[in-house]
Amino acid sequence: MLTAFAILTDGLVYAAYLFVVAIGLTLIFGVMKILNVAHGAFYAFGAYGSATAVGLYFDRGLPVAGGFLLMVLAGMTLGLVIGFVLERGILRLVYGKDEVIVVLVTYAVFLILEDVVILIWGPGTYPAYQPLVAAGNVAVGRLILSGYDLGLIGFAVVLAFAARLALRHTRYGRLLTVVIFDRETAAAFGIDVTTVYTATFVLGAVLGALGGAVMAPKIAVTLGIGVEVIVLAFAVVAIGGMGSVEGALVGAVIVGLCRAAAVHLVPQVELFVIYGVMALVLVFRPYGLFTRARPRRI
Amino acid sequence: MQHHPVRNSAAAVLTVAAAWALQGAAQAQQATVKLGIVSFLTGPAAGPFGIPGRNAAEILIEALNAGGAPAPYNTVGLGGARIEAKYVDEVGSTANQVTEFRNLVQRDNVDAVVGYVSSGSCLAVAPAAEELKELTVLYDCGTPRIFEEGPHKYVFRVTPHATMDSVAAARYATHSIKDISTYSGLNQNYAWGQDSWRDFVLAMKVLAPKAGVDKELFPKLFAGEYGAEISALLTSSSQFIHSSFYDGDLEAFVFQATARGLLQRMPVVMTTGESAMQRLGAGLPDGTIIGGRGPHGMLSKPSPLNDWFQKVYTDRYGVRPTYPSYHMAQSILGLKTAWDKAAAGAGARPGIDQVIAAFEGIEFQGPSATIRMALGKGHQGISEISYGTSRFNKQTGRPDLVDVVFYPAECVNPPDGMTAVAWLEGGMKGAMCN
Repeated sequence: MLTAFAILTDGLVYAAYLFVVAIGLTLIFGVMKILNVAHGAFYAFGAYGSATAVGLYFDRGLPVAGGFLLMVLAGMTLGLVIGFVLERGILRLVYGKDEVIVVLVTYAVFLILEDVVILIWGPGTYPAYQPLVAAGNVAVGRLILSGYDLGLIGFAVVLAFAARLALRHTRYGRLLTVVIFDRETAAAFGIDVTTVYTATFVLGAVLGALGGAVMAPKIAVTLGIGVEVIVLAFAVVAIGGMGSVEGALVGAVIVGLCRAAAVHLVPQVELFVIYGVMALVLVFRPYGLFTRARPRRI
Repeated sequence: MQHHPVRNSAAAVLTVAAAWALQGAAQAQQATVKLGIVSFLTGPAAGPFGIPGRNAAEILIEALNAGGAPAPYNTVGLGGARIEAKYVDEVGSTANQVTEFRNLVQRDNVDAVVGYVSSGSCLAVAPAAEELKELTVLYDCGTPRIFEEGPHKYVFRVTPHATMDSVAAARYATHSIKDISTYSGLNQNYAWGQDSWRDFVLAMKVLAPKAGVDKELFPKLFAGEYGAEISALLTSSSQFIHSSFYDGDLEAFVFQATARGLLQRMPVVMTTGESAMQRLGAGLPDGTIIGGRGPHGMLSKPSPLNDWFQKVYTDRYGVRPTYPSYHMAQSILGLKTAWDKAAAGAGARPGIDQVIAAFEGIEFQGPSATIRMALGKGHQGISEISYGTSRFNKQTGRPDLVDVVFYPAECVNPPDGMTAVAWLEGGMKGAMCN
């Protein structure tokens, strides 16, 4: 019974982590049809910015609550700036080009940003564990749950609801939905697709950096963290369906629960399970779980 | 034919000057030994391993070129020749390592290569070193397979292989934790983690035959999130955890496990913990068992050479050297010992075969340990190793190591000619621990 409870909580914590890092990636793909490899760099910048801010804040012995707020704001601000600069400076130059070229451009941007990280922060590790410790823990039998992890689940749920509400009940959300469904028709109806692109890319960058910011207290912020994230986020988005926020949520929950079950019951297959689930889903649903059937264009 | 005395004199002067310059250049070339230094300069392994290794190389090479290192290394360079270093990033695939190695040998014409952190890199580069007849000193990788799978002529490794780390970890665990009945392992899912766990379990079977394995967890390398693994360990009945985690993985695990009370419930034996102690600081729980792949860093004894190394390193980089720095330092000092010995025998700049002959089986002093090239037909070093237990020091605000135990090289290494697994499965016969 305790093991089943542990699988559930561990699965949800991992799902929350995956959803937070995947939502920005799927949003950018949905609107712009760009598989943005640079998303891993947004995550890294968010984590580094947050870790730096958290370190400076807690070193001064300031109130804990302010540290949580600063952690989030530092990451989001960096995401906002980098996202805007990249979209205006590089990506708008390759709109309309072949998808492979755009992927290569985002890959090049990712590599450049990795070097920028070294230039700014050097090769060392930045710990930011203070919020993790400050959040405390809760004992359930022999199992001890981290307050920060429970907060992360809550944060992911709020993010999912906010995304759903924003997409369905705000003007910008509806515009976004139209562009996701059919870019050319949206443009024909007078929607400024270029502005939507800019706003979406910046929003995706902010979400990617936010993912790094909230994960910073749990990980050692060090070189290469963006690489791992982009692979995981891609697996989640592929399972849920490229461009679907609901799909990213369901994909994250499926992967999270399967991985937790593997660690507890068959740890030998833990490495394989994420990609095994992805392969299984793609065999039966090649476009992912939540992608609508596409009409064939003649 | 008309002679022009001024023009002829000028031509003669220029000819002599050119000949002198060429001779000088040739002498300068002869007076330099080119070393390729390969280490992670970017990527996740750069911070904890690659950069400390590169930093140690810079310090050692600078001091040796100035003849300013402590005795017996207070002579200039290698055999009197100044060292010229070319630094290469180890990042990338093993195929990339072989390509870069060929570039160092065939384009840059380096005289020797000192490098490699990853066991994968070492396994890939060793055959290339034999093919190209290039003297190569592996500095930090731990896999015992390098010399167990066949002899090498051009490849040396001064740093002991990883079996020593696991055997000493088992000896220390059985020394400090009484009546062990169950234990678990948390290791990265690739060669380093799997080999470390295999050797540790085999050693525990010899030292604590009644103890059983509870959980064997192998998360993905650089996974970063260990919630499920921590839950599995919390719900287990293990008395301690063995982990060969390193780098950000180790630190992330410590943060997450501490927040959930795991490390307060059962200690962890960290075979590479010394490399993370300074960064973890107050985040390292008391009672954690710390190893450092030798008697290095905070696990080392003071000596004139060690004190000098720690001072120059700390003065320049603002942090104390960790074990990868020691591995690089002892690799360069081993090469210097062999080169100087060969140069003294040759009476001039030695050939590579003469350096190899001088290197095989030598004994020399590293900053923190005496190294004997006792395995792999004189190509693989052994040394003593130490383990300790962390205890937070309120006065310094940093963790100290207490109850430090040193194990002699012959206590924790297999004898020459026997594989690590065969030695462990045979009950570690011949181990001399007193």
